[in-house]
Amino acid sequence: MHFLLREGALPLLLFGLLAAAPFLGFGQGYAMTLLARAMILGMAAIGLSLLVGGAGLVSLGQAAMLGVGAYAVVILDDAGVTDALVVLPVAVGAAMLFALATGAVAVRTSGVHFIMITLAFGQMAFFTASSLAAYGGDDGYTLYARTEVAGRRLLEDRLGFHYVCLGLLAATLLLCRAVLASRFGRVLRAARENPSRVQALGFHPMPYRLTAYVIAGGIGGLAGMLLANATEFVAPSFLAWQRSGDLLFMVILGGLGAPHGALLGALAIVLLEEWLAELTEHWRLIFGPLLILAVLFLRGGLAGLPAQLRAGCSRG
Amino acid sequence: MAEPLLRAERLHKRFGGLTVTNDVSLTVETRGVHAVIGPNGAGKTTLIHQIGGSLRPDAGRILFAGQEVTRLPPHRRARLGLARSFQITSVVPGFTALENAALAAQARAGSSFRFLRPAASEAGLNREAMAALEQVGLVDRATVPAGALSHGERRQLELAIALAQRPRLLLLDEPLAGAGPEETERLIGLLRWLKTQYGILLVEHDMQAVFALADTISVLVYGRIVASGRPEAIRADPAVRAAYLGEDVAA
Repeated sequence: MHFLLREGALPLLLFGLLAAAPFLGFGQGYAMTLLARAMILGMAAIGLSLLVGGAGLVSLGQAAMLGVGAYAVVILDDAGVTDALVVLPVAVGAAMLFALATGAVAVRTSGVHFIMITLAFGQMAFFTASSLAAYGGDDGYTLYARTEVAGRRLLEDRLGFHYVCLGLLAATLLLCRAVLASRFGRVLRAARENPSRVQALGFHPMPYRLTAYVIAGGIGGLAGMLLANATEFVAPSFLAWQRSGDLLFMVILGGLGAPHGALLGALAIVLLEEWLAELTEHWRLIFGPLLILAVLFLRGGLAGLPAQLRAGCSRG
Repeated sequence: MAEPLLRAERLHKRFGGLTVTNDVSLTVETRGVHAVIGPNGAGKTTLIHQIGGSLRPDAGRILFAGQEVTRLPPHRRARLGLARSFQITSVVPGFTALENAALAAQARAGSSFRFLRPAASEAGLNREAMAALEQVGLVDRATVPAGALSHGERRQLELAIALAQRPRLLLLDEPLAGAGPEETERLIGLLRWLKTQYGILLVEHDMQAVFALADTISVLVYGRIVASGRPEAIRADPAVRAAYLGEDVAA
């Protein structure tokens, strides 16, 4: 059991389990849909954790990034463009542009003001999506086929979609890790802990924060594009602020110390929700207190659990 | 005579009805210590903030290395070679001592908009950071998180951070505050060496340290410089002794 508590073992274990899941009894359609959803939300949460854990910026606007990515799929689908070679860069690029425009205003603030301003931009995006009559307005838009990959219908295949999501999830995680450890990430993390020290060294924190916001936005756009394909349906509810709240909760439950915490949080919440809902229709009465207990007693979140257990073992 | 490294001219700063900096002018040469002393509330830290750039004076100007910096924000002044230590120690607590110093080295060694290569493995930055830690005698503690260092060690680290910036001017706000007698001895020794390399503007309460280190002393009372000169002259100035120094120094 001890090797499981080693540093770095946790993300490997997670990816091993996700890769093997279709052959471990999660191969049916419903379970696969659930796993894809967890992985996609995990991806968006990893992007958000770059902001919350890395930059110390608590954003309530990450769902808007997902929405921009998802509506990019819709708008291109409506125009007859369904190949990922176009759809993917457009979805990610649009979300990054949206993040750049809104972030340029938002990163000038911090704390509660940052939360409120990202929420406000998120709500603006939500109401814009609701008013897009050409794309179904409030009723949403049904995609009749998934995005193709270089002309091949790779994503229609259940296993194919699973492994595409898994691959992009791994790439996202590795990217965020590298960014946090880089020169850029070092300045970002230092500015979270002590902005006046960072300024006295000659760095202006704002461009670093804005860049992080844009990276998180791009990851959100990627997740939105995948989510649209997973559900084959896009509605303004993709951009609802409650979804931003869910994502934030995944990040915090999973732990702010490392990006894989966000993934762990996403998996835990999506799967727990599902499992409890099967047990009883009053599942929220159990779910809420469980989350509160987890936040109260898990220092460092779920991702900090191995370290806590390690400390426990060496003490015991 | 050569142009001094730092020249503050007729600075004024008011907070509401309170004048905290009143017509203050001073210079710091490229080497040596100019110390600013004065009782609590005399406006020493406010003065440091104006020179560092975190406060803007209401009137007057500040020239650094021949360039007017009065309106530049702190990070731009830092890029010109102005390093500061804070009255309340200001390090990045979650970073190790080494990473704190490496961050300072990174500030002037190329762009920090690099996203993929791990910064911790950059040998050049680590070497400079280590050299700075060595100068302040903190090499043994390089891998300890700054938050876990003792108070005196954090003061040393703050000096190492300033050195890793390869500055021209050190702006030191009470670098000895809270240090024990042994740490004080060590820090004074260090500052004595540093003043042969850098221009230093020093604000300090420890009079023994000030008189041991300073080449010039200015006495600030209620925001105004009441005396300025060589340490011997300040020590002998009857007005200063009456107003501030007391029997402590006379003894």
